[in-house]
Amino acid sequence: MVSQREVLTGKHLMQGDVACAEGAIAAGCKFFAGYPITPATEIAERMARRMIEVNGMFVQMEDELASMAAIIGASWAGAKAMTATSGPGFSLMQENIGLAVMTETPCVVVNVMRGAPSTGQPTEGAQQDVMQSKWGSHGDYSIIALAPASVQEMFDLTIECFNLAETYRAPTFLLADGFTGHLWERVVIPSPEEIKIVERKKPVVSPDKYMPFKPDEDLVPPMACFGEGYCVHVTGLTHDELGYPKTTDPKVQHKLVNRLCEKMRKNANRIVRTYESMLEDAEVAVIAYGIPSRASLNAVKKARESGIKAGLLRLVTVWPFPEKQIEELATRVNAIVVPEMNCGQIVREVERVAKETPVHLLSKIGGELHSPSEIFEAIRRAAGI
Amino acid sequence: MTVIQEFEKHPLAKYLRAERFPHIWCEGCGDGIILHCFVKALDDLAVDIDKFVVVSGIGCIGRAAGYVKCDSFHTTHGRPIALATGIKLANPKLTVAVLSGDGDLFAIGGNHFIHAARRNVDLTVICSNNFNYGMTGGQSGPTTPLDSYTTTTPYGNIEHPFNLVHLAAAAGSVYVARWTVLHVRRLAESIKKALRKKGFKFIEVISPCPEIYGRRNKLGKAIDIMKLYRQISEIRHGYDPAKAEITREKIVVGEFIDIEKPTYGELLQKQFIKIQQKLSEG
Ligand SMILES: Cc1ncc(C[n+]2csc(CCOP(=O)(O)OP(=O)(O)O)c2C)c(N)n1
Ligand code: SF4
Ligand SMILES: [Mg+2]
Repeated sequence: MVSQREVLTGKHLMQGDVACAEGAIAAGCKFFAGYPITPATEIAERMARRMIEVNGMFVQMEDELASMAAIIGASWAGAKAMTATSGPGFSLMQENIGLAVMTETPCVVVNVMRGAPSTGQPTEGAQQDVMQSKWGSHGDYSIIALAPASVQEMFDLTIECFNLAETYRAPTFLLADGFTGHLWERVVIPSPEEIKIVERKKPVVSPDKYMPFKPDEDLVPPMACFGEGYCVHVTGLTHDELGYPKTTDPKVQHKLVNRLCEKMRKNANRIVRTYESMLEDAEVAVIAYGIPSRASLNAVKKARESGIKAGLLRLVTVWPFPEKQIEELATRVNAIVVPEMNCGQIVREVERVAKETPVHLLSKIGGELHSPSEIFEAIRRAAGI
Repeated sequence: MTVIQEFEKHPLAKYLRAERFPHIWCEGCGDGIILHCFVKALDDLAVDIDKFVVVSGIGCIGRAAGYVKCDSFHTTHGRPIALATGIKLANPKLTVAVLSGDGDLFAIGGNHFIHAARRNVDLTVICSNNFNYGMTGGQSGPTTPLDSYTTTTPYGNIEHPFNLVHLAAAAGSVYVARWTVLHVRRLAESIKKALRKKGFKFIEVISPCPEIYGRRNKLGKAIDIMKLYRQISEIRHGYDPAKAEITREKIVVGEFIDIEKPTYGELLQKQFIKIQQKLSEG
């Protein structure tokens, strides 16, 4: 039973980071480990206050290497677990993000992105870690990443991150940005009954028959946690379905790593979520994610007012990349505009999928948001007007 | 009789994953003895093995996690204590032990060690100190003695080594002991004591790596190293860990620290009760 303390049902004026923490608690998060960093610190601070109220566990670790390791441990001990950070900490987490991928550990990592590289611009929002979130740890693998565009979505999508992490047994990222993290907006928190919560799949066989890394049809193995009597061995080494290291057998590596990648590809239809606005007859499509989608929607409306058939595809799911949606869209429009707060990251994926359709990047870095008129101008240029 | 049937005749076999043997360790390696003392302690204490978790890092001794028959995690290099912290704090009903190497726990993982000790997280940490990086072929590490030869100190080591028991005590461990693998009975007793005690407990085990460190430093065969341990080790319980030296002439072993201090979990529980009371009062 979810208590009233876990879900603060009602209307609130809330900061993005705080809404994220509340989303985690509503999703059933019972373990948070983190290390302070702007602009994500408020998530840790909120968790420090709130976890103890909801019978959860907050711990401030010595660094982000440890934070990531701790949430993996907590997840195997049976808790829904999360950490939150920004670029410099996200870089440190990459090592154990790889471990979470390899050991198929459900966990949520929030990255409130700020200007980078290195220490960069601590107080300025950015979207510069989009490719890092996909490829940041060594090796081939797949993860899930969602991009919120409002404080409401800091709440909603954090819940969704937990549900996806538990369903697909993978580290799942909330790719927020410093603007959204620090924004104050109205948030509506539903009643517990209205919130969909997913729990991880448990084994249905007895411990002697259980193979900890043998997947079901959906490519996801049921997960027995520590202390449940299943005697599970977990390793970051290449392992067979029993979980035992098999580091020199090409077939074992092939099977495991391909499954880790396939897991998201096969389930992409169920994972990917996009929003379409005014795309039915559009000639120019704006493809945006996160906070620039807000200015994009205004720009598209403005374009319509001035007679340009423009529309918006907003990516709620950034990874796995919504290939099908964009491939199909590209066949219907004459041009695509991609506004993003980096030097061009998702645009590369859009170009790859859009094939012949011209794709225009509208890059913005430094700590300023795209203005609707800038995006409108880009739409106009793309429309050849 | 199959190898597994043979294996299962051993009185401690129920604590080991028969199908994972033979182990990877070299002949004469001390890690097997450490594992033996460890499972002996589990047996003597009749621990609830379903609630027991072993966590290791990367290295020769790191493979121990894959041999014990209980829930176990073979983590990334240097991170076992951080990961074990997550396990223990998320489910305090579990007993968590960390078995790892000198490089893993004190070079790449040194920061996690001192902070877990400072927090007094309820963990038992056992370090196989073989004075080098065995797994990667014998490079120098944080415990390599001055003037020793390793592949990365081909002209002799010019770095001062850590005194692990001093470090552990200074960082806040409630129980600190050092043994060599010659002291099997005392080591097993020490592990039992640590497992029964609450808080951050640390046991350093001086362990021969005859194949690599031993060979390069002309220490002879495993049996010669064991003889050396017998000759030069000196048991001094309650000795100041700062002075508990390891030299070519002397290895001071014994129980150095055994104190009581509230654990992270206990302090948290106190806070929890207070907060819950406040909340219920509105
Ligand atoms: C991040 C990282 N760096 C380096 C390595 C390579 N590596 C594996 S084991 C090891 C040293 C292990 O030494 P120690 O902890 O003393 O264990 P031993 O093998 O001596 O038992 C190193 C450097 C690694 N696995 N991961
Ligand atoms: S290399 Fe050294 S530490 Fe590793 S198994 Fe061989 S003897 Fe043991
Ligand atoms: Mg070593």
